[in-house]
Amino acid sequence: MKVRIKFAKTGAMRFIGHLDVMRFFQKAVRRAGIDVAYSEGFSPHQIMSFAAPLGVGLTSHGEYLDIEVRSHAGAEDMKQKLDRAMVEGMEILSVTALEEGTKNAMASVAAAEYSVRFRQGYAPDPGWADRLLAFYGKPVIMVKKKTKKSEAEMDIKPYIYQLSASGEGDDAVVRMMVNASSSGNIKPGLVMEAFWKAEGKELPEFALEITREDTYTDTGVDGDRHLVPLDAVGTGF
Amino acid sequence: MNKLALKDEILLKVEKPARYIGNEVNAVVKDKGLVDIRIAMCFPDVYEIGMSHLGIQILYDMFNRFEDVWCERVYSPWVDLDKVMREENIPLFALESQEPVKDMDFLAITIQYEMCYTNILQILDLSHIPLKAKDREGQGGGWGYPVVIGGGPCVYNPEPIAEFFDLFYIGEGETRYRELLDLYKECRRSGESRKEFLRKAAKLPGMYVPMFYQVEYKEDGTIEKMEPTEDGIPKTIQKEVEMDISDTYYPKKPVVPFIKVTQDRVVLEIQRGCIRGCRFCQAGQIYRPVRERDVGMLKEYAVEMLKNTGHEEISLSSLSSSDYSKLPELVDFLIGECGERKINISLPSLRIDAFSLDVMGKVQDIKKSSLTFAPEAGSQRLRNVINKGLTEEDILKGAGLAFEGGWTRVKLYFMLGLPTETEEDIKEIGALANKIAAVFYETVPKEKRVNGKVQIVASTSFFIPKPFTPFQWSPMCTKEEFLEKAYMTRSAIKEQLNQKSIKYNWHEADISVLEGVLARGDRRIAGVIESAYRKGCIYDAWSEYFHNDAWMEAFEECGIDIGFYTTRERSAEETLPWDFLDCGVDKEFLKREWEKALEGTVSPNCRARCQGCGANRFGGGVCFEGRSGT
Ligand code: SF4
Repeated sequence: MKVRIKFAKTGAMRFIGHLDVMRFFQKAVRRAGIDVAYSEGFSPHQIMSFAAPLGVGLTSHGEYLDIEVRSHAGAEDMKQKLDRAMVEGMEILSVTALEEGTKNAMASVAAAEYSVRFRQGYAPDPGWADRLLAFYGKPVIMVKKKTKKSEAEMDIKPYIYQLSASGEGDDAVVRMMVNASSSGNIKPGLVMEAFWKAEGKELPEFALEITREDTYTDTGVDGDRHLVPLDAVGTGF
Repeated sequence: MNKLALKDEILLKVEKPARYIGNEVNAVVKDKGLVDIRIAMCFPDVYEIGMSHLGIQILYDMFNRFEDVWCERVYSPWVDLDKVMREENIPLFALESQEPVKDMDFLAITIQYEMCYTNILQILDLSHIPLKAKDREGQGGGWGYPVVIGGGPCVYNPEPIAEFFDLFYIGEGETRYRELLDLYKECRRSGESRKEFLRKAAKLPGMYVPMFYQVEYKEDGTIEKMEPTEDGIPKTIQKEVEMDISDTYYPKKPVVPFIKVTQDRVVLEIQRGCIRGCRFCQAGQIYRPVRERDVGMLKEYAVEMLKNTGHEEISLSSLSSSDYSKLPELVDFLIGECGERKINISLPSLRIDAFSLDVMGKVQDIKKSSLTFAPEAGSQRLRNVINKGLTEEDILKGAGLAFEGGWTRVKLYFMLGLPTETEEDIKEIGALANKIAAVFYETVPKEKRVNGKVQIVASTSFFIPKPFTPFQWSPMCTKEEFLEKAYMTRSAIKEQLNQKSIKYNWHEADISVLEGVLARGDRRIAGVIESAYRKGCIYDAWSEYFHNDAWMEAFEECGIDIGFYTTRERSAEETLPWDFLDCGVDKEFLKREWEKALEGTVSPNCRARCQGCGANRFGGGVCFEGRSGT
């Protein structure tokens, strides 16, 4: 049976990179005594798929991985066992069963919702929220997007699905829903950089404190986007 | 979670921030208000190396089992963070509490290799603790800084680093720390000074407090005498040994790092010591007598540790696993236990024979694994000198069996510069490698050769005489001699018929020479270490950060002649800097072994025939095996 696990990564754990989070879960699954399925071959590994990698420095309330289990004693039992195998800053939020044939976590990702806050000393100038919304209202938002091979100009507006801004000083916060699929992944930092640039300034390196609020899959049909959290497609067991 | 010691801007800038945040699975966090003693346990190298060390895990577990103690870990900040901490004057902190090391009661440093000595100074300096013990007294009874303790194999000659430490614990940590901590509590309670505590500590078994000893030198630079400066301070200090290693501290819940470390697995120490008595090997002497752990205990711990860590691999640790008497039983158990749960078993330091090949065939992917032989010397003559009881016949037979079993890779380890070594001995390295290749081509028919040919990798390191070995009196080669020997080895291999199947690597010579000085140095070397550190030397064990020029300058400035410590042959009568320590084997025994070495006579191992080394005084272990009722 395929099981989808939703977890939060907060506090000091934001400094643990994606590959190490994967290693952490492989060991956690063993500590929890989950009857996980292994691949065949001489060096078998746990059948495990993570949704969208989270950059070092970001926290999250909506990370996902799928595992394959051979037996279980119910979702609640599994959740408790896994949660006991966590450390501070890693928390199991939900455990659901996936129907046979559901796309794996990584392939399911369509979008992610982020909240962006400002580190102490980096709060934006008063009236920033209105200016950001006006910026977002423009039909085209051109940015330089760096890939491994090249740097290209692109319009990111179609990849930003929602954006709101509020608060002043320490309470300033931006929330945005952006494309997080493998074909059009947009980082929230990129949007903020573009806004700063439009203001005629350079976004300082450590200004932003970013939290991924959740990761979404698209259940819409015929091109109508219908975003739901990744565990909404799973069921209790 | 405690607030992190480093701000985000720093953690996001440095390589692998996970090295500095603590919070790992099984890390111990206590309420600091409820403990009396706080210890920072340090391995002075980068996190990935330090976290792989078993000894620290054993002591960490032991200290934290004491209710009144909170022991935390600290490692050397990597060079990137080192720079930031100096620039911003950030004090070094312990991982668990993220609080400054300077505020702890003890800073306990394990010293596993000589090339970490400048990192010890880095740790002290970044902690804002004066480098020299004598500068730590001062106001408030001298309690402004933690008590700095050294332990580990290098303390069998602590003299080059003596002035940086308040105290050295000589021997195995399981036995005397409780007494030392109780003494500390008592002294603090009754308002005694740091110096008074150290004075009392110096009288506990196994404790060496350098400030209470004075060394006088002869005109020729050798030691005249080393004496305690006060009455009541012992003249010699005997090492501590845990004789009941089946019923002592061992971690059931070792800390599990987030990032990949060198030893990313459960480590099960099956025995301590080695019966073999190779004459170059320090571990083989200082951990005498051999003590095996009870196989029942090992099985129980293996299961528990795997469960508590979630590791996917378990490794048996000892100097010579094949000599563990219950090895077949233990391995069978592990294979049964681990197979179902897809846990790998790694068995280093096995002698290659039918039994070990059978076991390795069960637990490893033969195609990917390689056979390891450590003949250490090319010729039988020289192997007799070093008492390495591995014959050419053993090697060729083992290799033949292995090739039949499907192995195609062989690693060979040798040492260059051993006492009495000649050109002939070196040439034999090439010949031996060639014979192994020939065995492959004779044993494995063409159509069955997996990769077409056999891959032999011969590696040489340079011989460095170590204290408390029969070779402690031996001269060591110069850098030029070492390199010449390496080139000689290379051409000896090139001359072989099967040279295309043999690859040759050698170790750096500069580092070996320095290690030689530090290993057998005396108190006068401390100035050189400090001077090299001031010139920016840290991470000397990492060849990319090793600056030989800076070290050479430091020697020059301090007026220290390297040859005095390396190439000079010591007479058997000379007082050696470490003679005030008693490592459990008698100096007379080491002398006998040194003479036998020069004659090329071998000594049987402890099980075959006791050599009367003196370690039987501890009343157990291999010395009393099979002798019931006594
Ligand atoms: S006393 Fe004999 S048996 Fe014991 S360690 Fe020494 S040589 Fe080995």
